[in-house]
Amino acid sequence: MTHLSDDELVMMFYREGDGLQEVEAHLAACAVCRERHELLAAALREVDAAPVPERDESYGAGVWARLQPRLEQERLRLHWWNSAAAALTWPRLAMGGAAAVLLVAAFIAGRSSVQPAPRTEVAQAEAPSDAARERVLLGAVGSHFDRSRVVLTEIAHRNGGASSDISPERATAADLVADNRLYRQAAVRNGDAAVAAVLEDLERVLVEIASSPSPASHDDLARWREQIQTNGLLFKVTVMGSRVRERQQDAAPSRPAAKTST
Amino acid sequence: MEASDLAVVARVKAGDHDAFRHLVERHSRSVFRLAYRLTGHEQDAEDVVQETFLKAFREIRRFEARSSFATWLYRITVNCSHDLLRQRPRAGSRPSLDDPDLGVAARLADPSASADPLRELASRRIDERVRTAMNGLSDQERSAFVMRHFEGLSIEDIGRVLDLKTSAAKHSIFRAVHKLRRALEPVAELSR
Repeated sequence: MTHLSDDELVMMFYREGDGLQEVEAHLAACAVCRERHELLAAALREVDAAPVPERDESYGAGVWARLQPRLEQERLRLHWWNSAAAALTWPRLAMGGAAAVLLVAAFIAGRSSVQPAPRTEVAQAEAPSDAARERVLLGAVGSHFDRSRVVLTEIAHRNGGASSDISPERATAADLVADNRLYRQAAVRNGDAAVAAVLEDLERVLVEIASSPSPASHDDLARWREQIQTNGLLFKVTVMGSRVRERQQDAAPSRPAAKTST
Repeated sequence: MEASDLAVVARVKAGDHDAFRHLVERHSRSVFRLAYRLTGHEQDAEDVVQETFLKAFREIRRFEARSSFATWLYRITVNCSHDLLRQRPRAGSRPSLDDPDLGVAARLADPSASADPLRELASRRIDERVRTAMNGLSDQERSAFVMRHFEGLSIEDIGRVLDLKTSAAKHSIFRAVHKLRRALEPVAELSR
């Protein structure tokens, strides 16, 4: 008589798989396999005995109470995202600027979810409004795209020669890499593949420039020029920066009209 | 009658974020249980519960109902548990705040204790052996075993949760059971 395999005994214990009837019939007829099966069951019963701390019916309400402040941050992020969804009907490239605004909002929402907002009245009174915060963010992102554009332009127009001093561009690129990574991650998290792709291309070039020796070799410069020109990276970064600036101007608070003497 | 998970998910996707509360209240206990079985520590399990629901809220628009919401949530729970275990030392290598022997030692010293402390101590030793055996499993084996043995998920669903083919999920369970059996059969023989 061929005995049951260990795996068949496990499947029998959990009553899974095909041919359970045959296995049962075998167990009824074979004392050796029956003994093995009982020993397996006894061993697994020992696992059952390991206790799990009890959680009563009200546990879910407690989880919700602790979770709610963090979900509020997520809600805020989603609100910003949805409120600008209309911008998604723009032509694909022009959409970049609006999406950049959104991904920055997501970025900040992500940061504030790590650092819960203080709940004191004083802190609330001093907290900037959403509009003010958005203006600050737009300024930061606009600056990021402007500085990136300058680096790309300088590198793309560096001509001839065996090598070229890129110390200033290298320092700026090194400065931009970390922020760019955060923006890209925020774009990925928000499912904005187009913006994420531009930021990924940008990041690749920035990382290469930042980690290269200066003076850069002719071959390095040629490769970067190709990367910058492929897929119109410089053009896309320029457009994204420009859209963020437009958005920044729109978000600027309207000033009271100057009084004129009559 | 309570709305089904899918109906509640649809409300959350439509912008009724407060509806998410129903999902949290409905599934918190099972998520905690699974997280505790996977991490072996109460506080770690609590952290996993929070992270799991936060991630579920963030990702809910991507939930496409190809599996049940509970299965989808289990997948997030398992991933959060694995992330946490990777960040922290294995349970056996750090002191546990809920060390069961502390309670037993206290009762051994207390003559008025009603339970049989020696019996309880023996039980604790078996628990220790089970815990050590569980810690000897890989993350994948442990997850597959816990979901099959304690949560009663089908092997197909376990494959979905762990992103494995059904055959690979099945073999993870086999490996886990064989390891546990080797570790626990001596105890099982005594208690039969």
